[in-house]
Amino acid sequence: MGEGQKMSTSHLLKRADFIFKSDNDWEDVLKKNLNRTANELINELISSELKGRGGAGFPTGLKWKISSEIKADEKFVICNADEGEPGTFKDREILSRVPFKVLTAIAVCAYVIGAKKGFIYLRGEYFFLKDNLQSAIDEFERYCRKIGFDFSISIFMGSGAYICGEETALFESMEGKRGEPRNKPPFPSSSGYMNKPTVINNVETLAHTYTIFKYGSKRFYDLGVQFSRGTKLFSVSGDTPKPGIYELELGMSLVDFVEEFGDDDTKAVQVGGASGFLVPRKRFPETTIGFQGRLVGISLPTGGSMMLFNSSRSMYNVLDNYLNFFAEESCGQCTPCRVGCQQLLKGIKAVKRGEKNAAYLDKLLKLAETMTYTAKCGLGQSVANSFSSIVENFREEMIY
Amino acid sequence: MEKRIKITINGETKEVSPGTSILDAANQSGVIIPTLCYHKDLCVAGNCRVCVIEIAGQKRLAAACATPCEDGMEVLTNTLKVRNARKHIIELLLSEHNADCTSCYRNGNCELQKLASDYKIMTQDFLDLVPFRNYTIDNFSPSIIKDDSKCIRCQRCVRTCAELQSVNALTMSYKGEHAQITTFFEKSMNDVVCTNCGQCVNHCPTGALTERNYIEDVWSALADKEKFVIVQTAPAVRVGLGEELGFDPGERVTGKMVSALKRLGFHAVMDTDFTADLTIMEEGSELLRRLKEVIVEKRGDVKLPMATSCSPGWIKFIEHLYPDFLNHLSSCKSPQQMFGALVKTYYAKAKKIDPSKIVSVSIMPCTAKKFEAARPEMRDSGFRDVDYVLTTRELAIMIKQAGIDFLRLPDMHFDRLMGESTGAGVIFGATGGVMEAALRTAYELVTGREVPFKNLNITPVRGMEGLKEASIKIDNPLKEWSFLEGVQLKCAVAHGLANAKIVMDTIKKGDADYHFVEFMACPGGCLGGGGQPIPTNPEIRKRRALAIYAEDVGMPLRKSHQNPEIIKIYKDFLGKPLGEKSHKLLHTTYIKRSSF
Amino acid sequence: MEPISDLIRRLAERHGRERSSLLPILQGVVEQEKYLSEYSMTQIARELDLPAAEVYGTATFYSFLEYKKMGKYIIRLCKTITCSMKGENQILLAIQEMLKIKVGETTPDGNFSLLQTNCLGFCHKAPAMLINNEVYTELTPEKVRDILTSYINSNGGGTKNVNVSST
Repeated sequence: MGEGQKMSTSHLLKRADFIFKSDNDWEDVLKKNLNRTANELINELISSELKGRGGAGFPTGLKWKISSEIKADEKFVICNADEGEPGTFKDREILSRVPFKVLTAIAVCAYVIGAKKGFIYLRGEYFFLKDNLQSAIDEFERYCRKIGFDFSISIFMGSGAYICGEETALFESMEGKRGEPRNKPPFPSSSGYMNKPTVINNVETLAHTYTIFKYGSKRFYDLGVQFSRGTKLFSVSGDTPKPGIYELELGMSLVDFVEEFGDDDTKAVQVGGASGFLVPRKRFPETTIGFQGRLVGISLPTGGSMMLFNSSRSMYNVLDNYLNFFAEESCGQCTPCRVGCQQLLKGIKAVKRGEKNAAYLDKLLKLAETMTYTAKCGLGQSVANSFSSIVENFREEMIY
Repeated sequence: MEKRIKITINGETKEVSPGTSILDAANQSGVIIPTLCYHKDLCVAGNCRVCVIEIAGQKRLAAACATPCEDGMEVLTNTLKVRNARKHIIELLLSEHNADCTSCYRNGNCELQKLASDYKIMTQDFLDLVPFRNYTIDNFSPSIIKDDSKCIRCQRCVRTCAELQSVNALTMSYKGEHAQITTFFEKSMNDVVCTNCGQCVNHCPTGALTERNYIEDVWSALADKEKFVIVQTAPAVRVGLGEELGFDPGERVTGKMVSALKRLGFHAVMDTDFTADLTIMEEGSELLRRLKEVIVEKRGDVKLPMATSCSPGWIKFIEHLYPDFLNHLSSCKSPQQMFGALVKTYYAKAKKIDPSKIVSVSIMPCTAKKFEAARPEMRDSGFRDVDYVLTTRELAIMIKQAGIDFLRLPDMHFDRLMGESTGAGVIFGATGGVMEAALRTAYELVTGREVPFKNLNITPVRGMEGLKEASIKIDNPLKEWSFLEGVQLKCAVAHGLANAKIVMDTIKKGDADYHFVEFMACPGGCLGGGGQPIPTNPEIRKRRALAIYAEDVGMPLRKSHQNPEIIKIYKDFLGKPLGEKSHKLLHTTYIKRSSF
Repeated sequence: MEPISDLIRRLAERHGRERSSLLPILQGVVEQEKYLSEYSMTQIARELDLPAAEVYGTATFYSFLEYKKMGKYIIRLCKTITCSMKGENQILLAIQEMLKIKVGETTPDGNFSLLQTNCLGFCHKAPAMLINNEVYTELTPEKVRDILTSYINSNGGGTKNVNVSST
């Protein structure tokens, strides 16, 4: 038992079962909600305090509201299924097991903002999902026609580019271009795909809206903790006896998480995938999983990737792997991300080989800070997170 | 009243109109924010991040070029955080850049070098990434050299090639650490749709794209006692050269340029303006002939509008992208090539010089002229008509190398025989100039009267509007041209190949009712050429244009057909426009090229 | 197999000739041809009236749009963190040894190409790989040898060993 776990507070891990619950009532949920006013639906979402489950945590209700208020001849709803963050695999499960919940949510969103067209941007790695998902869409569209709701959904396949999970890069990709993130503003709510107002939500976020539209916002709001309401899917991998996907209430302490999923030798947990933060054992007690602003201590948002590392792992190798990933997957347009990732990667190698002294790590930490401040998109701003948190906590492993 | 918003920049309040970028607002307030990927000619990319600034209340820094001002925004451009971040960005750029400045063609005029100097990047702590790459230098093009090791991926060239020129020879390829600017399948610039216009060169902040220079070749020719080295200077050079040598943009340095060329040792210093006037005689006659063939003879094989053919970037553009429309092109060679063909025939004969001993050099605002001079069709004198083409920039380098104090040079005149010109020849250097010059002559040829514009200034075809149109009604033509009675002569002017594309697409659709269209590859015409001083931007182009028109007004003769040397060459040598000799020496043919 | 130019025309007719159809068309060509040749890209550019360089720049951005000749079966072995922790290198060695090719190479018979790829989203069942569009997870050197053997024996055709199990 780690020291941290002895300090464990009372935040117990609370399992939930909404998303994968097999209920065959999507037709009712759709019909019922299409009979409500857009405002009612927006308010329902706002009072649920649902935040985006892709990792950034923007309030979903507000996102829909902004797009609904903009006048435009055409609007779009896009379901972001470009699940590329290392350690995340929940969206694939949602789409393969409960596709109708997501389709229903897309349709309700379209109704709210006034869109006639929805897309699912499915990463190329998940090509094998396409046929089944298409059959589900066909069935769904048939039902929409039956109830007189004018709406269609298309699958747009990605082709292997992590950065296309960034929403504006995703639009570029759908428009047939290189997936390079755009400058913001303008934001997607006013100018997204084809420069039209676009709501883009992660697969899981949409699945949660289904829960909210089915059970009402209160049921959702009552779960989790302040600022981090509801449940969240966690993709658990690494040194764990039970890797897999789990739906848990937000706000849990990392101590409890590790107690449940660790192998009694957990040295650190990477929260939020390669672009997230590494939390060492000594920090488990003060770390909760949720959005910022909750308690004293660190509150880490996440797209749901939880990777556990036990004491047999070299954090140098882990970091090397992450940085390789980013050096390859950065879109390459902005300087801090394109060159910064290469410098961090080659930098830790040089330190490890003794070609640069340990103090060089401090220079790289400052660089990491600059990357966070200056990169063009959300990815670029977060690529250095793992570097900083690993080097700060496992500096001795980085040095020759 | 337009709504205004208030922001503060470094504590000073400033009112701007909504949508103004922080960069523009700062510049209006006299606060300089360094930039790199930003260029006034191009859309905002926001990818280099050199222009980051701090906005009060925000943890992250914002790119000033890509962030619009918002009411109440407090912008800080010079905090410790900003300076440190900016320094990091510059260091990162240097780390992926072959920073061997002393051996770089752009040494001394490199935006990255200037930033490194301004921010005193004294040590390079970060690892040098260049050795990790397999960089190649593409030097197969006669016009442009592409050295990827100098590239900092600002994509200015890519945007230039796409937005200004609609050529799209360059693209960003791959991603992440491998991201780089390439052509299709990384072929040589010589083997793709590249028009050699050199706008990418002019917009490149570093030495990644440069003109292929022929400075040493020209020095060798000048040193060769066997050779008679003749130089011609294009109209736009005289309004740009000064910028490289200590003058402000818009200064005319014609006389000093002639002096400098003489001091460099050229045996004869003559003027491309002369063959610009000659082009008007030939091209104007060709236009009238075509009008007759179409209107009177109803010949289906003769196409209107007739398109000008002076701009070799434009020529290669149409050859690649509109190969089925080459019969719209005037068959006239460009003034440079007319000059080249005459130097080794007419001039050689008149001066009794063995043409094989003549080295013909031209100074051009253009990189495409280097390619043009090397075209196999351009050997009608029996030799290569123009041996070396230097850009305005290369001439400036030679003047500096020769230790000439340009500012103190006396003014001198071009040499005779092919050195006399008119205002019409001068304005070839500006967009609309060829059109204006042609109208001045053609109208008078047809009607016997001066073109009906005040002081001969045909203002509708002037200015920086991308597409300009003008029409002149022909009344009371001379007897020979009576078929033109009442005809509205419709003309259009396009500069920048993106505008050329717009016109060509209407022609392709059959929607264009023009008789005559002037096309110039470069924005602003030759004065904004790819071989002109760097930087070139909208403001500088305007000033160069003013200088061109000032030169025109100052000329005693302003119509090509009045040029006494033109009258003489037809009398002594060519006979008449479109005559047999003209046909052999002054006209050419074009080649269909692949659009990929 | 359909001639490439026919394929491209058919794809363009199906998806439309707007720029937004570029990715589906590129993907359609890759599905049949496994890669995008210079000829394919110029044909696509012609069909969509796009500059060839733009097609090239876009295609090279995406890892799954190969632009070098590939084998009939493209093996994409995940090299991201969890797969790497769970023995990706051993799988790689096993494949290399069996097929006698290195990463980036294609077997002389043109059947297999070996590539490494970034996270496939099977971190809980690492190590994972794709062979064309089929996923194989929880690989061991023995397992991967069996999988490849089945491809070699059937010359690939009928193998449908999609062990995409749920959690």
